Amino acid sequence: MPLTLTLREPPTVPLETEGLTPDLLAGRRRGEIEELIVWHGNERARLADFFAVSGDGDEELRVEGDLGRVKFLGAGMTAGRLVVAGDAGMHTGAGMRGGELIIEGDVGDFAGTGMRGGRLVVRGSAGQQIGGAYPGERAGMRGGEILVHGDAGDQAGGGLRRGLIAVAGRLGDAAGLRMLAGTIVALGGAGAAPGAGMRRGTLVSMSDVELLPTFARATSYRPPFLRMYLRHLRELGLPLTDEQIEGRYARWSGDALELQRGEILIYEGGR
Amino acid sequence: MRLSETEVVDTFAEAFPMWGARIVITAESPAWAHEAARSLTGFATSVIGCKCEAGIEGELDSAETPDGRPGTSVLLFANDREGLAKRLVERVGQCVLTCPTTACFNGLDGEETVDVGGQLRFFGDGYQASKVLDGRRYWRVPVMEGEFLVEERFAVAEGVAGGNIIVLGREVSDALRATEAAAAAMRAVRGAILPFPGGIARSGSKVGSRYSGLMASTNDALCPSLRAQVSHTDVPADVGSVFEIVIDGLTVEAVREAMARGLEAAAGEGARQVTAGNYGGNLGPFHIDLRGLVPGLRD
Repeated sequence: MPLTLTLREPPTVPLETEGLTPDLLAGRRRGEIEELIVWHGNERARLADFFAVSGDGDEELRVEGDLGRVKFLGAGMTAGRLVVAGDAGMHTGAGMRGGELIIEGDVGDFAGTGMRGGRLVVRGSAGQQIGGAYPGERAGMRGGEILVHGDAGDQAGGGLRRGLIAVAGRLGDAAGLRMLAGTIVALGGAGAAPGAGMRRGTLVSMSDVELLPTFARATSYRPPFLRMYLRHLRELGLPLTDEQIEGRYARWSGDALELQRGEILIYEGGR
Repeated sequence: MRLSETEVVDTFAEAFPMWGARIVITAESPAWAHEAARSLTGFATSVIGCKCEAGIEGELDSAETPDGRPGTSVLLFANDREGLAKRLVERVGQCVLTCPTTACFNGLDGEETVDVGGQLRFFGDGYQASKVLDGRRYWRVPVMEGEFLVEERFAVAEGVAGGNIIVLGREVSDALRATEAAAAAMRAVRGAILPFPGGIARSGSKVGSRYSGLMASTNDALCPSLRAQVSHTDVPADVGSVFEIVIDGLTVEAVREAMARGLEAAAGEGARQVTAGNYGGNLGPFHIDLRGLVPGLRD
């Protein structure tokens, strides 16, 4: 049985678990883990006050319980594998640099904010600003991969500088807002104003989206790089068809209010 | 020694270290991938005159390539790392970037890499864009047809050049038939290529020349027409023609495997004699003995 932290009961106010990561817990004895600090609102507490610790092993950390009010799960992790058996709260995986973080339910707002590496997988849906930027920062996610099997809220990938965000469901409004580079793939379409203010980077939609007038159609083609990306995403479990992988995409360049070096690729059909 | 009816000389091939890279070319059709590979491997028979040696390693089906399209794998060798890097940029730039529908990927694992796509990106004149997937950077270079995709860095590794077998026959037709069979069998070995035309060289060389400035000249000891003129000949009385197959490989094991398959195939096709070229063992660190190369060899 992997090292498992089981939340005894949902906290009355958000519980912050910054630093509870597989790499930090690796090699620690159970007693040490139980003494780690968590923040319950503005009160300092012991991890054991909220979680029962069981199992052992350094390869995987599992967190169980009603975790919707638990913030910063896996934030800053650099290696290993963390599985959240259920929903996770805000800031999950924020600033992570490596390893794999799997959320088996939904995740709150600001998941993967400022992420630099590793892989964040959300089996359910994500809140606002997944893979976005910390308030006041120009650049958001700088590396790694985020996969969402459900939908994602508004401003997904805001300020994206590098990395890949793929959403099997629908993206909210202003996806890729002011993105600098990187790639966002939406299998279920996107809301209003995708790519608003984007300078570079790629936003892919498998269904028609309403574009801002500051985007101009360039051509219809089969971008060779996209085959690699879509094959990669299918290997990771996203439901992509051969027709989508080999298909034609309309290329729209924008945002003309910025560099116009960004692109929105809209699927037009199979071969 | 004998293998079937073929005499096998108890000698060895002497091979040298050379830097190698594997280039995976994909395209919309196998034909275009192959066309780019043929172009890239052109004029690359010997480092003596071509600065590199290259050949087609094999055809790849769509499941074996990074972008899921049919492809061709090419091996390119040069004397040193820097030279290999230059040849890669020149040849990928002139022969793959220019070829319809192709993309080009590094096909070798290794820590040591050289910049290829990072140089070729400048053809995009500022409109190029990069993508990073799984820690590997790719460059998208806009071209009139659409877009050329090339991986930024290609791994290079020390390989082995100059493995060889030499096939002797009574007539040109006999010797060529046996050598063609050998080359066909050797092409099935992954990790090795035969850089000469059709895999076969008719002009094996010796080191040096009576003319100053020539690094290599005809191997007079194996020229049947010189048998009566030279002080030493290796051509048996009943032999009228001799061919050589040179093998470059990413590992000495791949070169040895290719030599073994070639030896068996040449003997199976009735070669009068099979031998191998060396320089007395004093120049190259890799000595591949014909003895023990295949199980059916007998004294």
